[in-house]
Amino acid sequence: MTRHLDRREFIQLAGLATAGVAGVVFSSGLRGVSFAAGKGRAEDFMFLQMSDLHWGFAGPAVNPDADGTLDKAIAHVNALPHQPDFIVFTGDLTHTTDDPQERRKRLAHVRDAVGKLKVKKQRYLAGEHDASLDRAEAFKEFFGETRYTFDHKGVHFIVLDNVSDPTGKLGDDQIQWLRADLAKHDKEAPIVVLTHRPLFDLAPDWDWATGDGSAAIEALMPYEYVTVFYGHIHQEHHQLTGHIPHHAAKGLMFPLPAPHSVPKKAPIPWDAANPYRGLGFRTIESQSGGDEYALTEQSVEKA
Amino acid sequence: MKRTIMVTIIVVLGAIGIATSWRRFATAAVPPGAEQVVHITAKRFEYTPSEITLKKGVPVILELTALDRDHGFKVPEFGIRADLKPGEVARVRIVPDHTGRFEFRCDVFCGDGHEDMAGEIVVVD
Repeated sequence: MTRHLDRREFIQLAGLATAGVAGVVFSSGLRGVSFAAGKGRAEDFMFLQMSDLHWGFAGPAVNPDADGTLDKAIAHVNALPHQPDFIVFTGDLTHTTDDPQERRKRLAHVRDAVGKLKVKKQRYLAGEHDASLDRAEAFKEFFGETRYTFDHKGVHFIVLDNVSDPTGKLGDDQIQWLRADLAKHDKEAPIVVLTHRPLFDLAPDWDWATGDGSAAIEALMPYEYVTVFYGHIHQEHHQLTGHIPHHAAKGLMFPLPAPHSVPKKAPIPWDAANPYRGLGFRTIESQSGGDEYALTEQSVEKA
Repeated sequence: MKRTIMVTIIVVLGAIGIATSWRRFATAAVPPGAEQVVHITAKRFEYTPSEITLKKGVPVILELTALDRDHGFKVPEFGIRADLKPGEVARVRIVPDHTGRFEFRCDVFCGDGHEDMAGEIVVVD
């Protein structure tokens, strides 16, 4: 018997997850597992989230192993005893560049690098570094559309693009598209939303927000089992908007400070005593028909 | 007659343009044209000037121009933002009602260095 987490319990769980406790389970909805378990509508499965690879970034004080961290993470994933059903990359696969040819070179490198993963079923999102200077033109050449949906073992996944518009908005057209897609689903359907930027105002003055993200959250609110996974902020973070949990993932190039913890946002310098600290990825186990997600944070430093 | 219509159109369009740029800080009763005008240019990844000193309670119009590509101008504490496009002048009216240092920054992603594109409004007594 599982029950709906209240806000205090959610925060406690978030603290456990941040402290590195493996397999912290977050409820995705208004009610608990017992509600949906009897319906037998979705199988349990595991997927993996990698984010903010920033391939092409150069800054030895921040990451002296900028060229090696991604391969290290890929080796770690390939060595997992249980391979995920699929892997999602939640944006900023590359670090931005003004040169369109260099942008394509970086995107091609990432495509080839992630091709070494044992798990071939992969889903990609763009970040503002990939897509905001050319409205995702180059990104689409290598990784396809920037907004789409897919279904996996009974869970409906919705990929939103809040980066192709350099102002960091979804836009009215995409919000209409989202509403139309949601309308095809039952209010009790398990839904996962994948984005790059947070949909809520985590720290708008640090560019940690989506200009019209509230419209997307409003559209999602009637749905009882919704969970959002995103990147962009280069750290683990957990927050509720109403009954909808939002989980940010660590990056794979440099960590960023906690929201408003310092006067000016800047990458956290490399810690030679703890190399790769703050870098990593996570596995996500969908349990109980998509009503709960067990998040396990994986560190590159342990690879 | 034509001239009257033209003048009316210009006045109406001007009023609409100013109304869309003037935000909640446009509260002081100052005759139009009496405000100080501060010109600011934006290019990757800087504003010129990057620091503007204003007097509390004195209305100012900021005239902003982008020199190279689209940029943004956002002052979170004032609830002000504007889109800056090359070849266009964005006007923002401010009547600062409290002293302090207030950051403004670009909120239209413009490349590597975008996150450092910022400046400050300093409001003094």
